[in-house]
Amino acid sequence: MVNPNVQGKKYPETDPYLVGRERIREFANAVFSTNPVNHDVFAAQAAGYTDLVAPPTFAVVIQERSLHTVLADPEADIDFSRVVHGDQRFIANRAIVAGDELTSVLTVASVKSLGAHSMITFATEIFDANKELVSTAISTLVVRGGE
Amino acid sequence: MDILSLEVGQEIGSRTFSFTRDSLVKYAGASGDFNPIHYRDDFAKSVGLDGVLAHGMLTMGAAVQVAVDWIGDSGKVIDYGVRFTKPVFVPADSLAEVIVTGKIGAIDLENKTVRVDLTASCLDVAVLGKAQAVVKF
Repeated sequence: MVNPNVQGKKYPETDPYLVGRERIREFANAVFSTNPVNHDVFAAQAAGYTDLVAPPTFAVVIQERSLHTVLADPEADIDFSRVVHGDQRFIANRAIVAGDELTSVLTVASVKSLGAHSMITFATEIFDANKELVSTAISTLVVRGGE
Repeated sequence: MDILSLEVGQEIGSRTFSFTRDSLVKYAGASGDFNPIHYRDDFAKSVGLDGVLAHGMLTMGAAVQVAVDWIGDSGKVIDYGVRFTKPVFVPADSLAEVIVTGKIGAIDLENKTVRVDLTASCLDVAVLGKAQAVVKF
């Protein structure tokens, strides 16, 4: 059972993550992207970006880092082996591009119980080096209860 | 492409993705999600699963490519959300086919955005629910 008291809890900012070109290409290949702005710097620049553009779901890499801080928090008491991804959303203020140095701050938006299961929703705000909001990732995990 | 030429309900494209164990390992490395339920049969079974399953985020990341291919620029996807309704099981020695189709769900002329509704299925079962990508024109 997830501790309901963590609702509203805000976790410390993660260390800066430098978005590299090859990481964008690797991620793009892994999600079957053939979009030139994800692979070719000239195509990205021709489309008006400073560098390679990360695919729409790339922000999960940053969210993952924030999530680790929650999973490691004894107060939250989340058993990772019982976690199932319920839903996911990304709201982009702008696209993530190679060269971005991103930090994130995660807030526990809600904790609900559904019979033996718990549903925990996180909002991860992702900022660039100028502290401008780049993207918000919202994720709901279902933690299956014991039988 | 002119937003005024679009119609709600219009199909924008379709793709079939073949997920193999290699795809899962590749996605694990690219995303940093190394949960062993995505590559180890023994581990998946030990936590009560029928077998190794694809990362939901892999299905989500692949599905949006239908909208990206249509708009031609992944940076134009400004809002994208899905529900994970059913797992995609990926056998060790063959593949799982995920079929994705997209159609226009809504057009907002004032904000110049179009909502693309995506369906994703594997073996005729929907694996994503309420998969919606908003693209900026």
